[in-house]
Amino acid sequence: MPKTNKSGREVPMVPKANFTSYYGNPIVKAAPWGKDIPAYLFLGGLAGASSLLALGAEVTGNNILRRNCKFTAVGAIGASYLALIHDLGKPSRFVNMLRVAKPTSPMSVGTWIITFYGPAAGFSAASELRHLVNSKRISSLLKLINKPAMIGAATLAPALSSYTAVLLGNTATPAWHSGFKEMPFVFVGSSALAAGGMGMLTSPVSQSAIARRFAVAGVATELFAIKKMEESMGLVSETLNSGTAGQLLKASKILSISGLIGTLLIAPKSRLGSIASGAALVLSSICTRFGIFEAGQASSRDPKYTVMPQKSSNS
Amino acid sequence: MKLQFREPGINPAVLSGWEDAPPRKGFFTDTSICIGCKACEVACKEWNHVPEDGLEWLGTSYDNTGSLGASTWRHVAFIEQPIAKPASENGIASNGSANPDFRWLMSSDVCKHCTEAGCLDVCPTGALFRTEFGTVVVQDDICNGCGYCVPACPFGVIDRRDGSDSAKNVGIAQKCTLCYDRIGAGMTPACAQACPTESIQFGDLDELRVRAQERIELLHQQGNKSARLYGEDPNDGIGGAGAIFLLLDEPEVYGLPPNPVVTTRDLPEMWKRAGAAALALIVGLAAASLKR
Repeated sequence: MPKTNKSGREVPMVPKANFTSYYGNPIVKAAPWGKDIPAYLFLGGLAGASSLLALGAEVTGNNILRRNCKFTAVGAIGASYLALIHDLGKPSRFVNMLRVAKPTSPMSVGTWIITFYGPAAGFSAASELRHLVNSKRISSLLKLINKPAMIGAATLAPALSSYTAVLLGNTATPAWHSGFKEMPFVFVGSSALAAGGMGMLTSPVSQSAIARRFAVAGVATELFAIKKMEESMGLVSETLNSGTAGQLLKASKILSISGLIGTLLIAPKSRLGSIASGAALVLSSICTRFGIFEAGQASSRDPKYTVMPQKSSNS
Repeated sequence: MKLQFREPGINPAVLSGWEDAPPRKGFFTDTSICIGCKACEVACKEWNHVPEDGLEWLGTSYDNTGSLGASTWRHVAFIEQPIAKPASENGIASNGSANPDFRWLMSSDVCKHCTEAGCLDVCPTGALFRTEFGTVVVQDDICNGCGYCVPACPFGVIDRRDGSDSAKNVGIAQKCTLCYDRIGAGMTPACAQACPTESIQFGDLDELRVRAQERIELLHQQGNKSARLYGEDPNDGIGGAGAIFLLLDEPEVYGLPPNPVVTTRDLPEMWKRAGAAALALIVGLAAASLKR
């Protein structure tokens, strides 16, 4: 694929984007990750924010919402484990993640978060089923661990929902690194709107006022943060608006805004409206995570996004 | 979090806890005397038993190797760069004379063995480690192929090996080891040993830096103004490379990043931002939970 900027190349719309690349080849390498990783970005965020929402539901006495949030959390973290192990080059060695604890590796930090969060979310959800258990001993044991597990999961949840932005940010992938200041806010916003949406989707209208408010706060945070992120990314922000990433992030915006309108206007009155709004929000979060993932991959493939910001920081 | 490795000029092996570490070892690749023979590529493959990774015609001058990767630990770049034709004499074009209208740029690229190595920082298993020679090496019996080092490298060097499950180390991150086995036995790495022009020089990094400085001054004296050193500055964005280069043009011409910075330097700030976002999530939930 011979490609030079000497001839036959479109004139770039970006000022001063002329430099000589090595046959247009990428400089940095795109992460060798499949769809498992953006799926995990969504699922991990959903799990974390759902554990928080479960605590909120407990405090406000919305027992059905609490139970459903716990089930969402445990399902999402379970699927996360599978996705993360599946994406390894050597899945049989996943346990090697536990050899070390390294603050310089966001993946190591994340491993320890999910290692403790998963069982907490699991026991917390299991205790919701204690009435179905015949054995009295197991039932009372589940009751005993209910609160510690729920609080433990909720304590780790904010870290689970935000650290994945650092995971992406601490790479030479231009679109991920250049947005590191705002991406944690994009991700917690996306987590909150997904968990709120899932709460609205699964729980009766009368129980889910807190889920709706959580979702609204999430949409507002995400939309504001992604706009700020685009501004600080400079030239690299092109990757958020073009190609697959552009389409996904546009879909995400349409879904979150329509989900927001639905949450405010229809969801408090109609079960069906609540389901539709919740589903839109959950889908929006999926699109956001896949969109940001794809923007990063696209930014790695074009040497322009590696070279140009470095050249301007040079002078 | 204090990042103690940000002190320029310090042997990273010592910072990693090696006691009585030998002098830091490295490469000086002087591209001005590279003849593009690819002996380094071949020697590396043979010594390190690196599998074949595609015999394609790439249409990029004499470079059918493409780029560094899991199964390419030395890569010779070829650029046929047009230059202004020498002035014609008496109206006769000088085309075909002893002065060609282009120049060869040939450069054997390799892992930089950074002082501040992004791949090493992000590795979650400890498979990547700093050797006593100050180099960065993957332990292939530890790596679980998470792939995080791949986007973390600002030079695009390390990669996860693809291929059939029966091939060696498939699914595992791979890159140059600076021939850890050979240098441990007091030998020269395979590529430098095979280089017929001493374009690739191996030795104590301090000494190589002096040699590089002498060479660049000589080239500048001879009027080669575009010659420059790459990776030799301990104050650059990676704390200086263990493999330094003498280039004849801008780094990006050779497919090298012009001013790479290890992203770990921003990590304390990143954790702070994530902490603030986590707090915002808690505040959001608390606000949503308030009885109205």
